[in-house]
Amino acid sequence: MSDTTNAQGTTPHSTPPQGTTPLIPASAPVETRMQRLGNFWADYRRSPVAVISLIVILILLFVSFGAGLVSPQNAYNMAELDWLDAFLRPGTEGSGGYVHILGTDNVGRDMLSAIFYGLRTSFIIGLSAGALALTLGITVGLSAAYFGGRVEALLMRIVDLQLSMPAILLALVLVAVLGQGVPQIIAALVVAQYAYFARTTHGAATVERGKDYIEAARSTPLPATRVLFRHLLPNVMPPLIVVATVQVASAIALEATLSFLGVGLPLTEPSLGSLISNGFKYIHSDRYWLSIYPGLFLMVTVVAINLVGDQVRTVLDPRHSR
Amino acid sequence: MFGYLITRFAQAIVVVFAMSVIVFVGVYAIGNPIDVMIDPGATQEIRERLIIQYGFDQPLWRQYFTFVSNVAAGDLGTSMVYNIPVTNLVFSRLPATLELVLVSITIAAVIGIPAGIWAGYRPDSLGAKAIMALSVLGFSVPTFWIGMLLIMGFAVNLGWLPSGGRGQVSSFLGINTSLATSSGWSHIILPALNLSLFKMGLMIRLTRAGMVEAMQTDYVKFARAQGLPDRQIVFSHILRNISIPIVTVFGLELGSTLAFAVVTESVFNWPGVGKLIIDSILTLDRPVMVSYLIMVVILFVMINLAVDLIYARLDPRVRLKGGA
Repeated sequence: MSDTTNAQGTTPHSTPPQGTTPLIPASAPVETRMQRLGNFWADYRRSPVAVISLIVILILLFVSFGAGLVSPQNAYNMAELDWLDAFLRPGTEGSGGYVHILGTDNVGRDMLSAIFYGLRTSFIIGLSAGALALTLGITVGLSAAYFGGRVEALLMRIVDLQLSMPAILLALVLVAVLGQGVPQIIAALVVAQYAYFARTTHGAATVERGKDYIEAARSTPLPATRVLFRHLLPNVMPPLIVVATVQVASAIALEATLSFLGVGLPLTEPSLGSLISNGFKYIHSDRYWLSIYPGLFLMVTVVAINLVGDQVRTVLDPRHSR
Repeated sequence: MFGYLITRFAQAIVVVFAMSVIVFVGVYAIGNPIDVMIDPGATQEIRERLIIQYGFDQPLWRQYFTFVSNVAAGDLGTSMVYNIPVTNLVFSRLPATLELVLVSITIAAVIGIPAGIWAGYRPDSLGAKAIMALSVLGFSVPTFWIGMLLIMGFAVNLGWLPSGGRGQVSSFLGINTSLATSSGWSHIILPALNLSLFKMGLMIRLTRAGMVEAMQTDYVKFARAQGLPDRQIVFSHILRNISIPIVTVFGLELGSTLAFAVVTESVFNWPGVGKLIIDSILTLDRPVMVSYLIMVVILFVMINLAVDLIYARLDPRVRLKGGA
């Protein structure tokens, strides 16, 4: 499967014929990689929705990681908050001398600033959980496919078992075991999600290991790790990228859910989930802005990431027609 | 068939055993419930008496052994918070969760399957695109936030439906249910709808994918060539062929719906087992946590087993390959 992806990724825009590539060292592969990236982008931008989603994600990344620059207030600094500003309606000017576009919460925190800071926490958790789960999943999946036999049977049996349990339950138990806080949540998400990567890696790698180039690499005295990570891994990457996008989105959503249930992050380090959870208390009064706006940001983030993932899947699909 | 059944059954038992060890060790690694239960000013003597009373001084393997032999005798322990047997506690909460899950799966199937059939039958129509967009939303937007919006819209602003609780519960055939009173129904609509959205999205995508694939097969072309009306082709030819994956997911999702009920029950304050497990995690009520988790594991293993067996029944290739 990945073999065809590779061939498709490189050939259409006149790469040198396969046989000559090894003769030209250093410069040739770099050019090919750039070309491949260019081809990828040319395919990707065919979907306007996916392009808009990508722009939205970039903007959200900018406002969250640059929260200190773009938000009117440091939402974590209690000294900047004023109790008199509590529950201001969206669009009211507060004691700080600026308009609270999305209103303020129960301690007089500017909602827009709180959302930017909260989004940053959500992104940090989602991205690091995704990256760690990817690494762990790749290691497990590749080892299973490479060593085969009992190792494979045991590892994949565990993975299958985990996949049959819903991620929310696993995460809930793990958070209960590990306690609250950012590192604990990340650990729980990694354990709950690595199985998806392991299964995908294993599936793709089992197809690859039957091919001649792996057999050739194994017949050389190269160490197993080198064959695994330099030869096998690049060819199983495409499906993994797709799974990774989806898993980052679901990690963000899962963290928000845990925080909402009260077993995630405390309100002192708010993520979008804890902000919504806080706003939920005021749902029966008409203070809708405390919970609606962080929720909107959460929804936009998760949906945009999923739409990008959808398009990446379409582009990387070997059956996809150019 | 018989050999296949035996193999699958043995596997299921091994899995339940392994998971029970993991759950037990995992849960018992959490903090010290003694610290939570008694006030910090208690004397060392009281502490030690309690530790011995609950058996926390024993090595972990012995605690596990005691636990397993108790479970085998039908005793899941006593809740440290409510001080009543866990079995009673869980069974008093179970009907609420089951009826919620049942209603929401029904909603998901009744709306999702026809919508998916339509989306796959006319994939380029505007309606199909709207259905698919909705399924993406149902798929990716976190359940708890949609639940909150439902409460805001239908309970707070419009005031049509209650925002939480179970309403009037009446006894029907010895089971307490809200489905027998109109108050019960008005309470269950919002949470059930909330819980069903994710499954509905799944159902739509699955049915649609099956439809699109089936529409291009030879048997459909042949049926067309025979001059059969589309209605008959879709409902008696295609639907029968795409029903296997739908049945599978329906079965598998039953378990995960039970798990997701944790979220919905918390949002709508629904007094089911999901709410119970959240409360027990927050209060470190170990016996309740362990029992709930082991029950869920057994449930999942049973569902997987049942799905596999139904598969073997429906598809002769599986049972011939799988053993016998």
